[in-house]
Amino acid sequence: MSGEPILSVKDLKVHFPVGGGLFKPKRALKAVDGVSFDVFAGETLGIVGESGSGKSTIGRAVLQLIKPTAGRVAWLGKNIAGHSRAQMKGHRREMQIVFQDPLASLNPRMTAGDIIAEPLDTFEPGLAKEVRKRRVQEIMRQVGLLPEMINRYPHEFSGGQNQRIGIARAMILRPKLIVADEPVSSLDVSIRAQIINLLADLQRETGVALIFISHDLAVVRHVSHRVLVLYLGKVMELADGQTLLTKPRHPYTQALLSAAPVPDPAVERAKKRILLEGDLPSPMNPPSGCVFRTRCPIAQAKCAREVPGLDSRGGAPGQIVACHFPS
Amino acid sequence: MSSILSVKDLSVRFATPEGAVAAVNGVNFEIEKGECVGIVGESGSGKSQTFMAVMGLLASNGKATGSVKFKGDELLGMKTDKLNKIRGSKMTMIFQDPMTSLTPHLRISRQLTEVLVLHKGMSERDARARALQMLDRVKIPDAKRRLDQFPHEFSGGMRQRVMIAMALVCEPELLIADEPSTALDVTVQAQILELLQELRAQGNMSVIMITHDLGVVAGLCNRVMVMYAGEFCEKGSVDEIFHEPQHPYSRGLVASIPRLDRPEEDRLTAIPGQPPNLQQLPTGCTFQERCGHVFDRCIIERPKLVAFAPGRAKSCHLKGFDANGEAVR
Repeated sequence: MSGEPILSVKDLKVHFPVGGGLFKPKRALKAVDGVSFDVFAGETLGIVGESGSGKSTIGRAVLQLIKPTAGRVAWLGKNIAGHSRAQMKGHRREMQIVFQDPLASLNPRMTAGDIIAEPLDTFEPGLAKEVRKRRVQEIMRQVGLLPEMINRYPHEFSGGQNQRIGIARAMILRPKLIVADEPVSSLDVSIRAQIINLLADLQRETGVALIFISHDLAVVRHVSHRVLVLYLGKVMELADGQTLLTKPRHPYTQALLSAAPVPDPAVERAKKRILLEGDLPSPMNPPSGCVFRTRCPIAQAKCAREVPGLDSRGGAPGQIVACHFPS
Repeated sequence: MSSILSVKDLSVRFATPEGAVAAVNGVNFEIEKGECVGIVGESGSGKSQTFMAVMGLLASNGKATGSVKFKGDELLGMKTDKLNKIRGSKMTMIFQDPMTSLTPHLRISRQLTEVLVLHKGMSERDARARALQMLDRVKIPDAKRRLDQFPHEFSGGMRQRVMIAMALVCEPELLIADEPSTALDVTVQAQILELLQELRAQGNMSVIMITHDLGVVAGLCNRVMVMYAGEFCEKGSVDEIFHEPQHPYSRGLVASIPRLDRPEEDRLTAIPGQPPNLQQLPTGCTFQERCGHVFDRCIIERPKLVAFAPGRAKSCHLKGFDANGEAVR
């Protein structure tokens, strides 16, 4: 990666007020708590984490679909954190999103063609009918949909095809960045590889940058140049895919790697699992110090007292880790 | 070895407003004592409905035909009260979402002891002691205190442990697990799989693991049966299915998953197309439209599941694949 990042996120915080009653004060659910990262043109940044890690919230906060509580989101050098809808309009055509559940994210009363053309209608109104249709059919072809399906409705398509419609809608304005939030999780195994390959092809053809959000480390590693490991709203580790796999330094990354089942009986039988105890703590009431310490196999007294900062010392180039005792 | 479950020519049909849907089409298999069998398939392949039929739990518009024998007794058409003596006691099932399988307004203790009192004729007191023991076995910390809690007081992973405890409390001979770890986080899934493995090693229980996740099957099962469009397309030992799959669909599945134990591949080998509509299955092979090795015979004639080596079977007109992965007709 070289040059200036297209997206630079600094100390992003998203806190949701929860509860509060007559005698109970409102409390803050810290969904994202001080996350920083850069995204460069043409790269895929993977964000991996379990439920409650804040991975989806980050994606939405980057696009200002959720207002960040604090922090800076710089798009092409300009801070857009807290921008209103109107202020964001100019940027929307450059930043798009693809959702997990393709059917739920498509309007059932609109045809595939109208869904895909919606961003065009917003940003390039008054486009000649013929041009609009040609652009839609062009992108349909590019995402692997038959252009003659333009007048069909979402329920007439399979899950994988609907996800292609969602991707076509995101791609039609040639954005610089797409946030893909669990784009393959609801798809069948045999369809997942199609969509993963499609995203890779589109990136190669158009140079679009991707933020690929998933709970599946194997998928994230496959599609991403760099991977951000998230736990309870905080970054645990950031490294390129290969480093993360071969030299993970954070005990949580190591546990995630060992927990992911590998489709090979010989590997699985020989594997020594690092089993984490218990479940994720509630983000309403995160542990003091390092948020991972309650499940960490190597936690010590210091971990309860001090929040570990992100540190690059002792790691591979570009690898940073938030741990008092990294491997 | 003796079969604990013997299924012959089992078909499941659902009556829908759009006409009949054939979810399962004449499947045959045996489950031996003590083995763990993985059933792999995508949504709509019929993997869950096969075992819902086995348990007599089909939705009211579903009908099962054929034969399902549990230790020699025919289950299809069995009277409900007689069937209830078997399911829930000798043959139990756990599901993907533990919250929908636990009764929300009853304490865990009540849900765990009910089966013991009902099926085993235990006293409340003995049943309670046994339930507590079971919660310990599935590693629920502080089991004594938690025994009298309600399902909503447990986290997802803990709830799944409660479900497993309920399924195992009568010491069943067969446990059917339908995607037991799919709704859980990766680190919690690893705990549950480890637990199932331990429990299996402790006794003679047979386990059927229904899943779409090949990784789950790899660590746990001895045998694998791959399902596609309502039929088994390949059967074999876990090593054979993963290392030398012979049906183009199983080969495609194994090749299409990104793997953490291998260096970066540039592209995944995707299976093109999508599963067929069960209401309009083609004549000939149900996989023909997605298969890279299709030839005339596949279009005319539906291949039968045929044994081609000890313990192995496939439904494919190809002779097989050679060492270089080339298809041999």
